[in-house]
Amino acid sequence: MPRMKETAKEIYGWFERRLQVEGPIKDAVLHKVPRNTASWWYVFGSAAFTLLMLQIVTGILLALVYVSSAAEAWNSLNILNHQVPLGWLLRAIHGWGSNFMVAVVFIHMAQVFLFGAYKFPRELTWVVGVFLLLMTLGMAFTGQVLRFDQDAYWGLGIGVFILSRVPWMGGGLVHLLLGGPTIAGATLSRFFALHVFVIPGTLLFLAAVHVWMVLKLGINEWPMPGRLVRKSTYISEYNKLAHEDGIPFIPGAFWKDLIFSGAVLAAVAVCAVVFGPSGPGGQPDPSITQTVPKPDFPFLWIYAVLSYLPPSMETPFILIAPILMIAGLLAVPFVAGEGEKSWHRRPVAVLALTSVAVAWAVFTHLATFTPWSPHMSAWSSDVLPVKYLREATPVVRQGAVIFQAKQCRNCHSVGGAGGERGPALDDVATRMTPDQMRYKVVTGGGNMPAYGKNLSPAEIEALVSFLETLHPANEQPAFDASQQAVQTNPAPAPVNGGP
Amino acid sequence: MSEQSDSPHKQSTGPDTGTASEHSSDREGPAIVSRRWLLLKAGMALNGLVGLALAVPIVRYLLAPVRKDSAYKSWISLGPADGFPMGETRLAFYKNPWTEPWDGETDNVACYVRREGAAQFTVFAINCAHLGCPVRWFPQSQLFMCPCHGGVYYADGSRASGPPERGLFTYDYKIAGGQLQINAGQMPSLSNTARLVNISKPGQEETGKDGDCRCRG
Repeated sequence: MPRMKETAKEIYGWFERRLQVEGPIKDAVLHKVPRNTASWWYVFGSAAFTLLMLQIVTGILLALVYVSSAAEAWNSLNILNHQVPLGWLLRAIHGWGSNFMVAVVFIHMAQVFLFGAYKFPRELTWVVGVFLLLMTLGMAFTGQVLRFDQDAYWGLGIGVFILSRVPWMGGGLVHLLLGGPTIAGATLSRFFALHVFVIPGTLLFLAAVHVWMVLKLGINEWPMPGRLVRKSTYISEYNKLAHEDGIPFIPGAFWKDLIFSGAVLAAVAVCAVVFGPSGPGGQPDPSITQTVPKPDFPFLWIYAVLSYLPPSMETPFILIAPILMIAGLLAVPFVAGEGEKSWHRRPVAVLALTSVAVAWAVFTHLATFTPWSPHMSAWSSDVLPVKYLREATPVVRQGAVIFQAKQCRNCHSVGGAGGERGPALDDVATRMTPDQMRYKVVTGGGNMPAYGKNLSPAEIEALVSFLETLHPANEQPAFDASQQAVQTNPAPAPVNGGP
Repeated sequence: MSEQSDSPHKQSTGPDTGTASEHSSDREGPAIVSRRWLLLKAGMALNGLVGLALAVPIVRYLLAPVRKDSAYKSWISLGPADGFPMGETRLAFYKNPWTEPWDGETDNVACYVRREGAAQFTVFAINCAHLGCPVRWFPQSQLFMCPCHGGVYYADGSRASGPPERGLFTYDYKIAGGQLQINAGQMPSLSNTARLVNISKPGQEETGKDGDCRCRG
């Protein structure tokens, strides 16, 4: 046994003499960090890095089978799912790893922002971090394209329509993005190159720079209200803190990183096993129009924002908002590079972060059920509640048929089923008089198309007869008071030529 | 020998120009050292020059897909014109003219053909003018509806409601030998088709005629 130990030591010595990495590694491992940075709040960065490693490993494993050809990609994914033993699991881990990585990177960024960690001298660490975030989102988008199904195809189409709005060079940019005039073979090949070579290479390089700066500048100390960052004194204050009340990075702080990373990996694995891989959905054949494309989770909020923008805002918003957002993120450490780090004394920062988080959550939530989209099959598949047809006259029944057959249901729900683009019509009769309904149906307005040319007068009458019955039993339908007054109480004949 | 021991010192004083040999204050053989710097600069210049020479074809290669719209377009048949019934809108298909052998199913393109007269057609691109999703035609209500963000168009392609800024894109068409042909080959988008149109009067019948310039894509 001692003999083996000797041999091992000799082998180690042989390598170390040539590599000479022991010194730098020891420095990195044992460098002192302020005691209170050994916190569960400081584990997200290392978890993001762990997930990046997981994505690289699983990505390489998937590349053993995946075919990056527009003609074969979809088939190869199905073969991975159904024929290659445990291919589905690898796809699931890679897909869930991607979701977790995006989430952890955002949480990491929020934590760094809330703790003021971007302030002097860590401005560049933040700036590199912003680019790491962009690269992570780039990986998520290009990865969605490699899952070459209908969502990928039409998601790319949305990319085309966004780029095409760039003044003057829009057309050229679209050709560059697609590798030709349409989404086709050349498109998938270049997204494969981006997803597998260009973006991961940049991501790894930037991550290395990011970690290097964390090692060189030290982990951000726990923010204390009243302890201000000043460029003139910060470095000496930090060094004092790290040396007088510091602990070695390993094991002092690192054990929490390890446990959290392990937990995140376990969560990815559990999600992968329980929920399985995502797609591929329908085959990427653009002549199949029976499709409802939807982006992956990280981009759902953009999907929602784009449907709520008024048409006149669309192009300016699409072209300017991303630039402003990225510039705003990059500017953070230069606008607020000094001063308070503690969230107790940064109400604007806390409010900004909360607003962004709430807005993001609301838009993402809305995008999961897309109230702005017509339900394409509601008219033919949703059932009309029996209570609306009980004791209905033939004209009312005729109106109900027209209501379904003319796709009104695609945008208006009745009995909880149907589209949500327009208002639910269960109590429409309490809101609108028959005349108002006729006018609305014929001329449209707001978000409603005009049906005047597509419905005969008899059809409109039948439809309005049906809509008139839609009110709760205990609530009167709306009526035109003046008309009713005139009908029940005809105006007296004018006296003495009065008005 | 002295050259080798000199170099680290010399590096710390920074690069010299070729004429630095004249600087008499340089105590470590300025003539020799400056020649070394000159050679280094020559090496850098050589690499820069070769890099530039290589960059030209590389950039050209990268920009290869950027072409004029007309370079991608050609006339494609959608089948006999008589196959499209009068007054109706039908889904038609064609194969993309600009193809690679590995395009697979992405070559199949759909469009909507509306026949308005004996030789009068409107051929709509399937892509919503908002963000390109495939619109669906509902003959019962005479509307095109988009599943993505809720854009809706009338039968003539003009905008009915939702976020689109304009009506549906249309293709140029002609009838040759009884065949309905369209000029296609490029995914229609806001950069290769019409300008944006004023949509302040939705539902106005002629918006489509004004706004939907023939698709140049």
